[in-house]
Amino acid sequence: MKISLFITCLVDQLCPQVGKATVEVLRRAGCEVVFDERQTCCGQPAFNTGYRTEARKFAKRFIEIFEESDADFIVSPSGSCTAMVKHFDELFAEDENWRSRAARIAAKTYEFSAFLVNVLKIEDTNASFSGKLTWHDACHGLRDLNVRDEPRKLLKNVRNAEFVELKNADVCCGFGGTFAVKYPEISVAILDNKIAEIEKSGADAVVACDASCLMQIGGRLSRLGSKAKPMHIAEILAAQE
Amino acid sequence: MEHLTAETFDQNARAALADTQLRGALKNLAVTFGERRQAAIATVENWEDLRERARSIKDETLAHLDKYLTDFADNAEKAGAQIHWARDGREACAIVLELLKERDATKIVKSKSMATEEIHLNAALEKTGIDPVETDLGEWIIQLAGETPSHIVVPAIHKTKGQIADLFVEKVGIEKSDDVDVLTKTARRILRTRFAEAEVGISGVNFGVAETGTILILENEGNIRLTTSLPKTHIALMGIEKVVPRFTDLDVFLKLLPRSGTGQRLTTYQSLITGTKRNATDEGPAEVHIILMDNGRSRMLAHPTTRQSLACIRCGACLNACPVYQQIGGHAYGSVYPGPIGAVITPQLVGIGKTKQLPFASSLCGACREVCPVKIDIPELLLHLRAEIAEGVTETSTHKFSEKLAFGFYSFAWSRPEFYKLGTKISRLLQKFVAKDGKIGKTSGFLAKLAPPLGAWTAWRDAPTVAPKSFREIWKSDLENK
Repeated sequence: MKISLFITCLVDQLCPQVGKATVEVLRRAGCEVVFDERQTCCGQPAFNTGYRTEARKFAKRFIEIFEESDADFIVSPSGSCTAMVKHFDELFAEDENWRSRAARIAAKTYEFSAFLVNVLKIEDTNASFSGKLTWHDACHGLRDLNVRDEPRKLLKNVRNAEFVELKNADVCCGFGGTFAVKYPEISVAILDNKIAEIEKSGADAVVACDASCLMQIGGRLSRLGSKAKPMHIAEILAAQE
Repeated sequence: MEHLTAETFDQNARAALADTQLRGALKNLAVTFGERRQAAIATVENWEDLRERARSIKDETLAHLDKYLTDFADNAEKAGAQIHWARDGREACAIVLELLKERDATKIVKSKSMATEEIHLNAALEKTGIDPVETDLGEWIIQLAGETPSHIVVPAIHKTKGQIADLFVEKVGIEKSDDVDVLTKTARRILRTRFAEAEVGISGVNFGVAETGTILILENEGNIRLTTSLPKTHIALMGIEKVVPRFTDLDVFLKLLPRSGTGQRLTTYQSLITGTKRNATDEGPAEVHIILMDNGRSRMLAHPTTRQSLACIRCGACLNACPVYQQIGGHAYGSVYPGPIGAVITPQLVGIGKTKQLPFASSLCGACREVCPVKIDIPELLLHLRAEIAEGVTETSTHKFSEKLAFGFYSFAWSRPEFYKLGTKISRLLQKFVAKDGKIGKTSGFLAKLAPPLGAWTAWRDAPTVAPKSFREIWKSDLENK
């Protein structure tokens, strides 16, 4: 099975170790993995801030690049960027051709943990990680893609790790893209509820499927000097500690 | 109290976050209403089917709104009600004032109605020397305090018990007590005399049935029953989107609304009013006036995306579920309708010019869409309005130039791999001046001014740095041919 990686700009630039772990897990599962270096950003920041002309440009570019690939699936270590690909068709309300091209690309694009469980039918990646883990449901993964049970199944099968359910795991972390800097005080007020629950859980690592939420949660954990570390699910599933 | 405006949403929100009494009052909102709602929806087997059914009823109604409205008006008139049409809030207020004047009525009781809040009816009445009495306990409290509702269903949710106790001492002259029973009995004693002397009762409407001309109003305190049955004249203000085609449709909405709003299986009272009393010796008002009000609604109807805004049944579930509302409460929105649905309908009702912060006051988490009993895609509507604002479809050419410039630059550079890679390199160079131990701490002064988003981010959160080797570089060197 051939996978074309949609690595996302955040992972590419800020946390490349997540991309590396994604490749490792997929290869271990027997997939052939390719990466098209022309890819940059899906345009989500523009779309979510109302700049549809700009977002359309990114969407067309993305569709053209990934249409050329003969890969069976497009897999991304991000719920919100995957959700953006699923939103592409809304950008072409008046353009039947682009709309159907967008829909075809969206149909083969998967968030990483959902792809493992629902397509590859893998719930145990033979990972091993010593420590207490908890899961934060990133909003777009949860509510746009309906990814809820998949990551939990995967994390519960990690050797040496103890999984604890986070209270209010499905409540937003307050990131929301440009919202986090347009209204930083509200964003952080929401975030601090999340931080309090993470501390209460006693987890060594708070795991999520989105680099953006992890940047928000991790940025506050770091500022407050917490022992809990933000980790992407790919990093946990690739771990062989 | 000074009323906040949507124009200063950012300042209002900051003030709300610093208000410890308000945060205390809001603290249990999510838990209390969230859990009650969960328990209540668990008592129906087919919740998702009900939501689907409700939405399809609303869609059907909105697609043929002209027909259902005229049916409603005809049937209500056949039952003895009088129908008035109001294009906007000013016309609706004028109709009410004229009806009061004709009857020489000055003693008015009112039941809770967001539509009357929307048109600022109380202010219009007060200008002519009439002091209408709010008879819903929460509404009465905020009327005493000179405030506006901060929640669609629970108007005084922002007030603590202590604040209400103080208010009663000051305005009603009772001895201080924070015993809820004492406070409610005091309110009841005073309001009962107001009911007894009232000449006209003014209410809102939850649903209007086209095939019978019936209106349905839901409540828990019995004050609506009194408002609509005791005075000789009843005036009901109804938004044109409140109509449903059939009487049996009410079954669906009666299951959805109380469960979503207050987590009740049913409200304590459901008043179904079909016209006036049939015989002179019957009890009930001799006159029923129903004012059908547009006030910006037909604008929402015109666009296929915004049309769903009119499906709202004002249950308040999206407010309770919203992480932003949970932190700042309703007044910060500076609009009659707060929270996620308020951020969507306010710009459509009053125009986007003075309300353009509201569609951005959301993290787009989607909790509102998840709880909405009529499946309104609020994030989709927020995005639609954001696009109208950012792309200047409406009168908002003043939208931040710096932001437009930034997004223009981003779309130019980041859609070209060579510029994108150059950007990575430049970031690596620049961050050397601010990064320490692989992260960027608090950034202030000149630097924060130079890059406002970085300043806003790092005031509370450390920022990550661009990695020494990007994924695409690692791919080339370590992964591609392995």
